[in-house]
Amino acid sequence: MNGLLEFIGTNIEMIYILILAVFLGVEVIKHIPAVLHTPLMSGANALSGVVVVGAILVMLNADPDNYFALTLGFIAVVLGILNVVGGFAVTGRMLKMFKKKS
Amino acid sequence: MSISLSLIYLVSTIAFIIGLKKLGHPATAKNGNLIAASGMGLAIAGTIFIHDLRVPTTIYILIGLAILIGSVIGGWMAIKVKMTKMPELVSLFNGFGGASAALIGLVEFSKDGGDKMITTTIVSGIIIGAITFSGSMIAWGKLNGSIKSVIKIPYHNSVNNLFLAGIVAFAFFMVTAGASNEVLVFALLAAGLIYGILFVLPIGGADMPVVISLLNSLTGIAAAITGVLLSNMVMLIGGILVGSAGIILTIAMCKGMNRTLAAVIFGTFGATDSVPGANKTLGTIKKTNPSDSAIMLNYATNVIIVPGYGLAVAQAQHVIHELEELLTKKGVNVTYAIHPVAGRMPGHMNVLLAESNVDYSLLLEMDDINPQFKNTDVVLVVGANDVVNPAAHNDPSSPIYGMPILDVENAKHIIVNKRTMNAGYAGIENELFYNDKTVMLFGDAKAALTKLVSELKNM
Repeated sequence: MNGLLEFIGTNIEMIYILILAVFLGVEVIKHIPAVLHTPLMSGANALSGVVVVGAILVMLNADPDNYFALTLGFIAVVLGILNVVGGFAVTGRMLKMFKKKS
Repeated sequence: MSISLSLIYLVSTIAFIIGLKKLGHPATAKNGNLIAASGMGLAIAGTIFIHDLRVPTTIYILIGLAILIGSVIGGWMAIKVKMTKMPELVSLFNGFGGASAALIGLVEFSKDGGDKMITTTIVSGIIIGAITFSGSMIAWGKLNGSIKSVIKIPYHNSVNNLFLAGIVAFAFFMVTAGASNEVLVFALLAAGLIYGILFVLPIGGADMPVVISLLNSLTGIAAAITGVLLSNMVMLIGGILVGSAGIILTIAMCKGMNRTLAAVIFGTFGATDSVPGANKTLGTIKKTNPSDSAIMLNYATNVIIVPGYGLAVAQAQHVIHELEELLTKKGVNVTYAIHPVAGRMPGHMNVLLAESNVDYSLLLEMDDINPQFKNTDVVLVVGANDVVNPAAHNDPSSPIYGMPILDVENAKHIIVNKRTMNAGYAGIENELFYNDKTVMLFGDAKAALTKLVSELKNM
């Protein structure tokens, strides 16, 4: 229990940010026309690929002879980048089709 | 962390927020996607190049190689995918993100010094990452048809909940006991993977879009947890944004289908063998042919087209656009009625029709078009079934009772194009087909519509 309180005490800023980000996410997404649900889901999916930043950090911090960390980190970077590049590209492809004819 | 990297992360975070905001409006969505993508590129480049670690060149080469491989495969998949296959691709990408988070957790666990809070974030990252990975893979398999049947596990709700409780208890034990055993963490990973499978397998195919959206939200949470672990703001905020936006989107989708999230997860929609009323005789159907249909459409004033998944499967989105243009030239008012869940995901049908250059101002949403059906001469239903089933209004025993539908039955005449009399995704009969005002145009959507178009051209 003390550990938990201590954690909250030292990370209070992060907890504030976390809570504000939750509300921000809700506000940003509210009242979206159904037309955009699919592209939006796809775009949000691409954003969750931000986890690739963590995968890169794992590789940067790994000892050159720590093959376990390097192998897993390598796979994590490949998968994360796949999510990012594929996600944004496919969202862009979808959105390119939404054009109003003059 | 250096000040310049912090600044870069700050800019990236702002780009994510603005990008996501702009993605929510048709006019700005394309820019929104570009802004979010640029923010991501900036965050990735900053992470690689700005730090004070001494990193051997080989590791840089490995990172570069991983990025190259992932970008080429991801880009290639995104370019190659057919628009009808979009939902499963999103699911697949989402699974990869989850897997990435789980792998990071595994590496961090091996370095963990036993701090309880750190261990907590690591194990929760591993569990959530594993669940999203295996769950997304099952959703992908279900959508592309490789997992066909609904696999029923007896008492699946109790089994699943017990299993989840077991995972949580196990994780709690690992944290409190300060266990640093590699075998235990792999067991935890395996348990997460199994739970993901158990969680998605019993859910019916019609609910898969909701599940994908939910899993997408979970991936965001996994990314945020990893951000807490690595004290990385851009991951934390990016992940939470996706997490909370994903939940809102999931709820919006549920509303479109008149389902609660709990009913999706614990219900058995689409999983029932026998449906009440399935064997009821509903009368006889009237068949029609392309030339009679062409005459009906040609002499109509107002026509509404109701496209469904059958249209997408038959790749008939281009022919339907040709038909619409032809009728418009002949002075007929043509609009499209888009049910919120037409296709396989909300908004999927809009994407498909946009692909064939249909003007999006002709695509009307359910609430806007429903009052117009009574002034409509002919409704052409192409490959849609459950979303026009009047049982949703008047049969309380029907599994789709209460689902908002397009009030097609109010129109003067209805032409329904279907391949066969088979029931729709929910597996139930549709009395609309037996309505006196309805005629059935059997055949593959593309073939039937092509004939219809050539008949019209000759008039």
